[in-house]
Formats: sequence, structure tokens, C-alpha cells
Amino acid sequence: MDALYRFLSGPLAWVSFVVFIAGSLYRLLSMGFLVRRKEKFIFSVMSWKYSFRSIFHWITPFASVNMRRHPVMTITTFAFHICLFLTPIFLLAHGVLWDDAFNIHLWALPNGLADIMTLVVIAGGVFFLCRRMKLAEVRYLTTLSDYLLLIMVAAPFLTGFIAYHQWIDYRFFMTLHVLTGEIMLMAIPFTRLSHMLFAPFTRAYMGSEFGSVRHARDW
Amino acid sequence: MDNMAAKPDETILDEGIEKGAALLTDERIEKTILRVLNTEGGARIKVYVDTCVHCGLCAEACHYYLSHDNDPRFSPAGKVRQTLGEMIARKGKVDREFMKKAAEIAATQCNLCKRCAMYCPFGIDVAYLMSVVRRITHLLGMTPQYIQATAHSHSVSMNQMWVREDEWPDTLQWQEEEARSEMPKLRIPLEKEGADIMYSVIGPEPKFQAQLLYQAAILMNAAGVNWTMPATPGWDNSDMAMFTGDSELMGRIKRQHFETAARLKVKKIVMGECGHAFRSVYDTGNRWLGWKIPPIPIVHAIEFYYDLIKEGRIKIAQKYAEPVTLHDPCNVVRGGGLHEKARYVIRAICDNLIEMHPNREHNYCCCAGGGVINCGPPYKMARINGNRVKAEQLFAVKARGARTLIAPCHNCHSGLEDINHYYGLEMNVKFIGDILYQVMEKPE
Ligand code: SF4
Ligand code: SF4
Repeated sequence: MDALYRFLSGPLAWVSFVVFIAGSLYRLLSMGFLVRRKEKFIFSVMSWKYSFRSIFHWITPFASVNMRRHPVMTITTFAFHICLFLTPIFLLAHGVLWDDAFNIHLWALPNGLADIMTLVVIAGGVFFLCRRMKLAEVRYLTTLSDYLLLIMVAAPFLTGFIAYHQWIDYRFFMTLHVLTGEIMLMAIPFTRLSHMLFAPFTRAYMGSEFGSVRHARDW
Repeated sequence: MDNMAAKPDETILDEGIEKGAALLTDERIEKTILRVLNTEGGARIKVYVDTCVHCGLCAEACHYYLSHDNDPRFSPAGKVRQTLGEMIARKGKVDREFMKKAAEIAATQCNLCKRCAMYCPFGIDVAYLMSVVRRITHLLGMTPQYIQATAHSHSVSMNQMWVREDEWPDTLQWQEEEARSEMPKLRIPLEKEGADIMYSVIGPEPKFQAQLLYQAAILMNAAGVNWTMPATPGWDNSDMAMFTGDSELMGRIKRQHFETAARLKVKKIVMGECGHAFRSVYDTGNRWLGWKIPPIPIVHAIEFYYDLIKEGRIKIAQKYAEPVTLHDPCNVVRGGGLHEKARYVIRAICDNLIEMHPNREHNYCCCAGGGVINCGPPYKMARINGNRVKAEQLFAVKARGARTLIAPCHNCHSGLEDINHYYGLEMNVKFIGDILYQVMEKPE
């Protein structure tokens, strides 16, 4: 177990960061090249003003008609994504790792707050799972991969939570936590989690198309 | 109203789709799909399909979905799942039956209205993905028969309705004569080089709505506009090829239209109250030809009326009294931002405008657009059942007093007439031009 843990938190951690960063760059650059080769007109439509107008409307809770139509979904998805993003970066225990690996000193979340944020992610995952199973329009679109993705995202939080509270087998859950976290990181560029990479661009494009061509709002 | 179309499994028989499908082989299907995905298509297809998180938040944007009691097969992403999503997942290895269903979905269960793009958190453009499917079915020769016939007409005569070259100036002369009984000095100037404006219309106007040409002539003359109409092909601004996926033909049609305006050395093109033609001339066709913006400025009728009224070139004798409501056509509102100008015009010519809800960019599509009405009688009920929600929206505004329904777009106009009759709304469907003609001062 110790050797495994050392491998996971040592070499594999580096591998997963490299895969995440290089993979993300690869996906984004290849998209950019494809646009340049096939859909150059997109550049002629793009506008900074309308890109940010659109992005701003869609990262502000309740700033779009559809968000107001689904208040529970809106609150959940914002809470989920904010916590999903901030907790791993600003967790105190991770701060030590940032320091060790990159010599970066990050401000850290108080442990109690981080604990709650972890629960928010887990609860959000459960909410999305129920939504997927219950709502016909979501179930119809759902494939096995959607469930796997949800599990993949929730797993590091669930295992981290269990490990932090040291309820059962700390070492086992700690190992699992590191492993699932690395899997998730590496999966981002290559699965539908890549919406994290592409969302700013799809939003910017639609915002620009609506703003500069259609003279209409897109929210 | 019982919901007849809550049986989406029933495929509607269309000769164009059937006969095209009969000639297909698996290899041809695969090759064509891969050609469109990998050679013609680019980043948008890839990114949209990869980014969609299957959240279903686009569902309620679509009038088909709402009108079919929230049947997920009619949701925007649901339509992608049944068509392009599957083609990509199976790398083009789909069979003839699959393609038939895909052709039906893309051509008749989506109006390319882009409302869903405003509801998806990522701005995924399902309308674009459906037009990719239409492109594939075009290349496979399985476009619905009626709209394909229209495309053939474009290809042969450069207009949508097989109007012959001599019929066109004849019709204009006939309308000129008619209108002269009302305004004796009226002219419809043909081929006037250097006029300020070339006025262009869609094929159905000379074919069976000649009174619209009459009204336009009265308006132009009353406002003292320096205008002209071409006597040659190129007068028609419509474009069904854009909707069948025949981009090459779309390019030919648009080139002829722009070149005709260039030959007449006009400053701008003013077009009648048509939505899809606006989309083609203002956004799609020009881009296919390599112009970011139309090479000659395009002015939609709404904007033209707005300018005339604002500049005081048209005076209103007496405003239209019956309470009106406005249907915002997707192509000029979500596609051109003309909603406030339309309201300015309507307030100037009508006593009482009662808004329907939702409105402006969020208005529900008429369900005729995107070429669906041009798929003809086989799909008439698909359109009407697919837009029950429009009837509900109209009943609600009627209950608040509206009696006249203004639809400043040809497709909307015809589609809403069908909804009007079928659901027993009993509203008067009118163009802005109909009312403007009725209420304006007409100098001798
Ligand atoms: S009809 Fe309109 S809302 Fe429905 S899928 Fe097509 S573009 Fe989207
Ligand atoms: S709202 Fe967007 S991301 Fe969600 S299912 Fe529809 S297209 Fe996909």
C-alpha cells in the first residue's frame, strides 16, 4: 500500500498534471487549427465585446431566462461547479502539495468550510444523478458514459471526505482519493468533461454571432 | 385539442425521401457522412457534439417538444441524438431506415429557428447541427419531395415558383396598371440604373400574392422613393437551397441576386416581408460567397417602413383600430434584431399593440420556417401539431383583446394561417404592409 501510495502521489501525480495540461492544450489548439482550416468565417464574427457580454450573462446566476426557469438547477449547478473548482485548489492539505511540488504558496480554505464545500459537490452529484434518472428529457440523452463521468467527478470528493474524517481505513481511502483525483484530471481533456475547456469558446462564439450578426440577446 | 401527433414513431411517407432512400447503399451512406463530417465540416460539429453534457436544458426552448407534451424525442439535443450523434458514434455506419428517419427529423421536425441556442448553457447551435444532417441527406438525394421541387425551380429559373422570364415583367406591368387606378401617376420602374433602391421579393409574390406588389408600389410612390425592380432573373431573393443543404445552389441564387443589384448600380436592396430570404441574403448566402456582410446593404421591409415613417415620408391618415398583436419572426428578430423597429412601426400605424408572451428574441417559432412549410402537404399536420404551443400563446393574447395577428414574414404568415384555422383562433393574419397600405395617406 505504501509503495502504491508513493507511486500515485509521486510519479503518477506528475503524469496526470502533464496529461491534463498537454491534453488540454492539444484539444484547444487542434480546435483552433480546425477553425482556421475550415471555418475561417468564425474569426470574422468574433467580437470581444459580445463574447464577454455572453460569458458574463452565463456565469452570473439567474442572468439568463433559462436559469430563471430552473431555479433549483441553477443554484445547484453554480454551487456544484464553484465548489468543484475551488476546493481542490485551495484545500489546506493540497496547499502543502502545491508548496512541495511547485513552491507556490496558496491561501487555504478553513477546514470546516472545505468540508462543507466537499459535501456540496457530493450533494450536487447526487442531484445530477437523480435528475438524469428522473427527468425524461435528460434520461433520453443519457448514455452509460454520463453515469461514469458523474462517478468519476464525485469519487475524489467522496474518498477525500472519508479519508479526512478517518472513519474507516484512512490509508486505503487516501490512496483511492489520490488515484481517483488523478483519473479525473487526466480525463478532462478527453471526455465530455472537456466542456470545461470549450465552454468559454462556444459561449464566446454564440455571443458574438448573436451580438454582431443577429443584433439580439443570447440569454 | 387532442394531440394527434403524439405518435412520433409514425414515419410520414414522402416520395422524395423514399425514392432517394431506395437507391442508397451502406457504402454510399458511410462515404457521404464521412465526407460531410471530415471534409466539409469543421470545428463546430466536433466541439458541439463533444461539449454537450446531455443536460436537457435546451428541451423547453423547442416548440415541438412543448407541443408534444414534452416528448424528449422532440427536444433539440434529442434530435441530435437520433441523427448526427448516432452517425458520429457509428462512424457513418448507419442504414437506410436510419437515414430516412434522420431526413424526416432534420427537414420537418426542426425549423432551424435557433431558439435552443439561447437556452443551452454552452450556446450549442442545434439548428446548425440539423442543417449538417440536411446537407448529408441532400448529398444522398433524399430531400423531401416538395421542397426539392422548389430547389429545382431555383436551379432552372432562378426563382422559387417556376415564374417564367416573360411572366415576371408582365405581372409587374399588370400590377402597375391596377395601381394606377388608385394613383394615376404611379410607376413600377423596371431596370432603372442608378436608382437608390432595388426592391426584391420572393417567388410566391408574383405567383399568387400579386396584391403585395401592388401595395409595395403604392408605398414606394407615395413616399417618393427612387426605386427600381429588375426585369431579369435575380429579382427573387428567396432561397430554398439554403434549407435543403444544397449550398452550391444557394451560392448561385445569391450571386445572381447580388449581381443584379450591382448591374443596376443601386445603393441598397430593400426586400419584402420575408424572413428566410433575409437570413439567406443577410447571413448565410453572402457568407457562402465569401462576404462577411452583404456586398450591397440589405434592408428588410420592417427597417424600410421604420425609416419611411421616422423620416415622415409616409403619413398616417387614420390608425388601424382593431387591437393587434405581433409575432416576432425568428429570422428577422433572433436573426436580425428588428424587434424594436417592428414595434415602432406598429405603434405608428395601429392604435393598440398587445404583446404576446414570450416575445422578441424569445418568441416561439411559427413552425413553418426553416423550409418545413415548403416540405408541403405531407407535413402539414406535423407543423400544426408541432406548434400547439403557438396556438396556446395566441389564445392567451386573444383573451387579452388582440384580434389581428401581424406576422411580418411570408413563412410565418402562411404557417400561422394554418394554426389559426386548425385551432379555431379566428384572428386576422396580416403583414405590416397590409395595414400600412390601409392606413397611409395616398397622394393623388
Ligand atoms: S425547432 Fe428551433 S428550438 Fe427546436 S431544435 Fe430546431 S432550432 Fe432548436
Ligand atoms: S442544453 Fe446544451 S448541453 Fe444541454 S443537452 Fe441541450 S445542447 Fe446539450
